[in-house]
Amino acid sequence: AVYHSISALSSLHVQMLVKMLVCMQPVFLWAGKPPMFGDYEAQRHWQEITYNLPVHEWYFNTTDNNLNYWGLDYPPLTAYHSLLCGHVASLINPDWVELHTSQGFESSAHKLFMRATVLIADLLMYVPAVVLYCFYLSEGSNRKKVCLVLCILLYPGLILIDYGHFQYNSISLGLALWGVLGLGLGWDMLGSLAFVLAVNYKQMELYHSLPFFCYLLGKCFKQGMAGRGLFLLVKIAVTVLVTFTLCWLPFLTDPGQVLQVLHRLFPVGRGLFEDKVANTWCSLNVLIKIKTILSTDTQLYLSLAATLLAALPSSIKLLTKPTLWQFKLALVNSSLAFFLFSFQVHEKSILLPALPVCLLLGDLPLPAVWFLQASTFSMLPLFLKDGLFVPYAVTSSAFVFYSVYLLSALEHSSEEELRLRPVRRLVCLPRVDLGRIFYLSVAAMAGLSFMSVALAPPARLPDLFPLLVSVFSFLHFLGLLLYFNVVQIAEPPSPRRKNPKKTE
Amino acid sequence: MAASTADSWSWFPALALGVSFLKCLMINSYHSTDFEVHRNWLAITHSLPVSKWYHESTSEWTLDYPPLFAWFEYGLSHVAQHFDKKMLVVQNLGYASPATVLFQRLSVIATDVVFIYAVRECCRSVREEKGSKDLLVRPYFILAALLLWNYGLLIVDHIHFQYNGFLCGILLLSVARHLQGRHLEGAFLFAVLLNLKHIYLYIAPAYGIFLLRSYCFTKDNTDGSVRWSSLSLVRLIALGSIVISVCALSFGPFIAMGQLPQVLSRLFPFKRGLCHAYWAPNIWALYNVVDKALSVLGLRLKLLANLPKASMTGGLVQEFQHSVLPSVSPSATLICTLVSILPAVLSIWRCPRGARGFLRCLVVCALCSFMFGWHVHEKAILMAILPLSVLAVESREDAGIFLMLATTGHYSLFPLLFTATEMPTKVLLILLFTLYSFTSLKKLFRGFLLNTLEVTYLLGLIAVEIICEVVYPLLPWKQTLPFVTLLAKSVYCSLGVSYSFIRLYLSILRPTDKPKEL
Repeated sequence: AVYHSISALSSLHVQMLVKMLVCMQPVFLWAGKPPMFGDYEAQRHWQEITYNLPVHEWYFNTTDNNLNYWGLDYPPLTAYHSLLCGHVASLINPDWVELHTSQGFESSAHKLFMRATVLIADLLMYVPAVVLYCFYLSEGSNRKKVCLVLCILLYPGLILIDYGHFQYNSISLGLALWGVLGLGLGWDMLGSLAFVLAVNYKQMELYHSLPFFCYLLGKCFKQGMAGRGLFLLVKIAVTVLVTFTLCWLPFLTDPGQVLQVLHRLFPVGRGLFEDKVANTWCSLNVLIKIKTILSTDTQLYLSLAATLLAALPSSIKLLTKPTLWQFKLALVNSSLAFFLFSFQVHEKSILLPALPVCLLLGDLPLPAVWFLQASTFSMLPLFLKDGLFVPYAVTSSAFVFYSVYLLSALEHSSEEELRLRPVRRLVCLPRVDLGRIFYLSVAAMAGLSFMSVALAPPARLPDLFPLLVSVFSFLHFLGLLLYFNVVQIAEPPSPRRKNPKKTE
Repeated sequence: MAASTADSWSWFPALALGVSFLKCLMINSYHSTDFEVHRNWLAITHSLPVSKWYHESTSEWTLDYPPLFAWFEYGLSHVAQHFDKKMLVVQNLGYASPATVLFQRLSVIATDVVFIYAVRECCRSVREEKGSKDLLVRPYFILAALLLWNYGLLIVDHIHFQYNGFLCGILLLSVARHLQGRHLEGAFLFAVLLNLKHIYLYIAPAYGIFLLRSYCFTKDNTDGSVRWSSLSLVRLIALGSIVISVCALSFGPFIAMGQLPQVLSRLFPFKRGLCHAYWAPNIWALYNVVDKALSVLGLRLKLLANLPKASMTGGLVQEFQHSVLPSVSPSATLICTLVSILPAVLSIWRCPRGARGFLRCLVVCALCSFMFGWHVHEKAILMAILPLSVLAVESREDAGIFLMLATTGHYSLFPLLFTATEMPTKVLLILLFTLYSFTSLKKLFRGFLLNTLEVTYLLGLIAVEIICEVVYPLLPWKQTLPFVTLLAKSVYCSLGVSYSFIRLYLSILRPTDKPKEL
């Protein structure tokens, strides 16, 4: 009972404090380049657009709405959220959302307001989901649950992107987490509803769609397609369709509207990748210049094939065995496969596999911490551009230290605990000291981070450090993709497995 | 789980590291003019010869700490030159390059290691009731959290910018040594502290009387009074020689150069006003307000005419006269302070209660100096709050006093950070500390520690803050009477501080405490 009150409250408080400290940083010009207007201005602009213009003009290029200047490229829920924020902004100070004249507006009061919207969205959507997950869907003592809450909320990637860079990932990830919660607690319709809302907030959530689909379909199959299973399937399908309709209602009047929105959401004119991102194509590009060798269409088909191939084993396994444990693993495997092999992947998309890995912090602490640290590290070039090196260094160190300390990650790294027992029968695993390798990896990441900020790259290779960062992260992601796939698929199919579904 | 064994101290580095991480996140926050003060001192000690240190006055922030602190800055400056040589040029007034900020902030974080060590020593000396308890409810854990994560220290040191962690660390270490019975070390540490910042002279009487009474006189009579014959000359001489040698080390070079008067004039400048720019919530704040109220009332009721205008909201270096009540001079405040210290010190002499009685006397002396001193800064409340934390985890009544004093004192530090970007930080941090201190001490002593009136008063702090920050700016008087908010906050806080002061004083005068062993 002690842990519930004091430590839970303190943990929530501390993470709020960390977030506010991160977002209140003045931009520090380590890289010597001026900070771009960036996502902050984009969000402010969307408030301006949605507040001032009628709905049918939001996604179109008009005289009032120049799509080249941070055009809206997220689904309708983001637009509605911007509308709400725009209304609140105009109540406080109409100058903030004045059409045309408010472009590039910056003041410390406005900064406070914008950061406050992120915090409020976070506190309403993401934090309660995390707390409920830790207390109802994870195992262990109360102390462990509170430690889990703290560690998940301290994940640096999300904090730095949402509060440092400026985004609302906490809403989409929070909704996805509510989806997982719903499914985990057996409320399938609510879970589906939440997930559909998540997809309608950011289309990137489609990375998670395959596991949701396979889990629900598998559950329907298990309940028998003749009776209850079919009924469940129908209920879920109706929920999904109704939710989609409600979200897209203002746009359904005109098919041209729908097409334009889809066109904004999925720009297929671009190439396989842009900038340096820690996925296969970018890393492959170092050795073979695939961007120039293959045509855009071939690239599209290649990436589609590779993604499906990578995500298939996990999805099939989930279809045959729809439990929460499998579901969590499938979420990781699927989104990681999408990240590594998909088209036009942005480095921020690593947050999508990161969320389910956070959920695995309680069960597989060492691999989870390793992945989460690598994911934060992979976004280093982005943080450097935003002048966020100090918050990055501090939050990463804090996260690694506290996760390893509070969750005893290094003590729970035996073969049994890494769920690799079934593999041992097939393949003889070498005896490695995972702890030492983990420390070496973290030290390498720290070293590369410091070099990126302290040293200037050689003149012949100006992109040396971002490239090293992305290749290093890619290798980690590939290795961990293999590991998580092995854990998921090697699990024996008997239904008598301990199911971490409900605790007292 | 590694964190669950209460006997191992693995949680301590976790707590210390956590707060250090937080401090690193504050590196780029707002910093006050104290930042420039210390940069200037780095420049002075590095670029000029020793003979010029206390004569230098290019900048308005002249060296006004004792010589040991100057030597400390000298040592720091040798590290500073690797960060940015330009900060060590005396003429670069207001220089604050990123490297300078980084160095100065890191130096505060690094010297806090003294504070962390001192907290560990205090935690080891804390008494607790036997009985298996959870780690989170152990007194030493709570004390560590209350000290390491103390709101006042974090705000003043790592945002406003000062070296209080380092200095209070030495103070707490000295206290810990006395609690552990190692009195010579404690005396040595205090002598060093005095030569680092002379404001600690205010608590020197507590040390003097305690050491004389309990250390130099080795035995007591059966009724508890002093046995004059048991004076141990050896101990007395040992103490004296420690103090004198430390002072000699510190002031020696300046005495040799004949600069002692100059140094003393820098150390004790009495030209500043009775109250600092932001009024510390002490007696004089109440005095000023009463004076102002009386003068306004007197003019309204036509009882008084042609009063000299009292300018009490002026800057920090002005003297001001009071209109109705007699004006207060520096010597008057000194006399008030000494008079207020006297009963506490005499009570310790007559009835020594061991090291804990000494600690209580120390806190009382610090509070007396806060209440009655000349040109007191609100930061000085930390000198009382931090040692009181040690007492708070051992006694129920002290915990109640601590909650009042800490909450009010911390709230009075709010005006120090007035920028919009620091607002979420300071609000969240004070909420964290206050909520934690209330809930953990309540769990420790199993019951409510404050009565309804006190709780109402503390909730009133929230009301005051909302009125001052949200409601008042919307009112038309903001232009004509801009200092009303500071005044209101200061007066409201001084009520709380005075109340805690009186309660603490009564606790030291109460003769019913059993004399505890040394």
